[in-house]
Amino acid sequence: MAYSKKMIEDLKEKAQQIRKNIIISIGIGVAGHIGGSNSAADIVTALYFHKMKHDPKNPKMEDRDRFILSKGHVAILQYAVLSEAGYFPVADLKTTKDIGSYLQGHPDVIKTPGIEAGTGSLGQGLSIGFGMAMGLKLNKIDRKVYVLCGDGELAEGQIWEAAMSASVFKTDNLVAIVDKNNLQAKGPTVDRFDTSPLIPKWESFGWHTIEIDGHNMEEILSALDEADTIKGKPTVIIANTIKGKGVSFAENVVAFHNGTLTEETYNQAISELS
Amino acid sequence: MAYINQRIAYGKTLVELGKENENIVVLDADLGGSTMGSMFEEAFPERHFEMGIAEANMTSAAAGLAQTGKIPFTNSFAVFVAGRAFDQIRQTIAIGELNVKICGSSAGLSDFGDGSTHQAIEDMAIMRAIPNMTVICPADANETVEAVKAIAKVEGPCYIRLNRNDYDNVSEEGKKFEIGMPTILKEGKEVVVFATGYMVGLALEAAKELEGKVSTKVVNVSTIKPMNKEVIIALTRDAKAVVTAEEHSIVGGLGSAIAEALCKECKPIEFIGINDTFGCSAHNYPDVLKYHGLTKEHIVEAVTKMATL
Repeated sequence: MAYSKKMIEDLKEKAQQIRKNIIISIGIGVAGHIGGSNSAADIVTALYFHKMKHDPKNPKMEDRDRFILSKGHVAILQYAVLSEAGYFPVADLKTTKDIGSYLQGHPDVIKTPGIEAGTGSLGQGLSIGFGMAMGLKLNKIDRKVYVLCGDGELAEGQIWEAAMSASVFKTDNLVAIVDKNNLQAKGPTVDRFDTSPLIPKWESFGWHTIEIDGHNMEEILSALDEADTIKGKPTVIIANTIKGKGVSFAENVVAFHNGTLTEETYNQAISELS
Repeated sequence: MAYINQRIAYGKTLVELGKENENIVVLDADLGGSTMGSMFEEAFPERHFEMGIAEANMTSAAAGLAQTGKIPFTNSFAVFVAGRAFDQIRQTIAIGELNVKICGSSAGLSDFGDGSTHQAIEDMAIMRAIPNMTVICPADANETVEAVKAIAKVEGPCYIRLNRNDYDNVSEEGKKFEIGMPTILKEGKEVVVFATGYMVGLALEAAKELEGKVSTKVVNVSTIKPMNKEVIIALTRDAKAVVTAEEHSIVGGLGSAIAEALCKECKPIEFIGINDTFGCSAHNYPDVLKYHGLTKEHIVEAVTKMATL
């Protein structure tokens, strides 16, 4: 499918703005999950600013698509997107992790508008998304549930329980997206629990698979549209990404899984994203 | 019609609730034939989910269903739903205050044959420690019917613990279940026995045997959390001492909850429960209870001792 150049450019620009907001919300001298936020920024931007039907003024609107951040440690990414979309003021991003703030270190379904489920204990978001997708089917609401997982997260056994159940129940309104940035907290995913090869794994669990460059906006949109056409089985999009994308000194650097910026690196990051 | 088995009472009540409310959905982890989720499956196949031998996924999926307005009941043996799926309950259901009902079936020592791996002796302690969780342990089948109706009505996470075996009812059939409200089953002055689950019946038998010796009040505490502290204090006001009786570890269950409620009352308390040890296999239910000190005789002995302090 051909997408208008302007739309693609606008989304790319939006994703850069999101990355900038992530850096601003982390600030100087405090650790934040820059790496995994920036790797998934293009995907989550595409979902909220193009693909999903949702209403920031009415977050509980019944007829909405739903997004679950299974890799809940990059909550700042979702906060940056939700605020940019109008769920709450962008200025409040700076209150993240403040005592009493509605922006907690991990997504909180009670406190934050637009959050669909509490996540952070890894490996659970896909099961939650599966349950939601089944609930939507029972309610005869023809909307989708998108779940973003990390590639390191796929070491959690529950992911594969969810993968089996979604294929058994033919949950075709469920789309998993794997942010495959190849790094986890302590080093390369391949050196820990090597979760590859992902495509044959997911295929053997009964899923439709699509592999894309997770920073190519056209490929992201095309994969999300392709998922709409798949009936009788769930879809997984394996998105090859770069951890820390957009901030040169953080790209592919393990330390920026949860890294701290100095005044100098903060300014550099902001200028690179501007 | 009265049932004499909590699991049957549970399954039948789920079906009744399912008729009234189409949002009720039930999830089982390959043990529906035992939890009696199978009764719901038969009545409403489209609203029953066979989730296979995967309790973690079942529990998180229930959270997702709740987020679409459903009222999911998840069933398995208590050891699995409260143990294996603890993190899923805590992270998404309890923190999110989601409307999920968790049924711990074959709890306590009631699965006598299967031994320690299948005997939940710490499920109430685990569930009680989680903020936002309601914890219910009905005395018998009659109370199970009403408790299931009650938890279906309230919004928020609930854990209900059920016994596997047949036994006679001690509570009144059809009596509305009030979450958080203990029930006096026998009046008495000197010693108050707070009992829960199967032990309520034994406490009543013990109190009867003690008639003329020790005036014993028997209270059925079927809500373990929230514990109504003021009511517990008021019930013990004139008593010399307190005995608690539960088919659960003495660590963290009913005894602990009562002790917390009475901690400023300076009343001696004796705990009857499983003495911080795992269960074991037995050929029948009475044998395993006796081995762990959970009999009428043990209650009589404890009450007598406390009355003569």
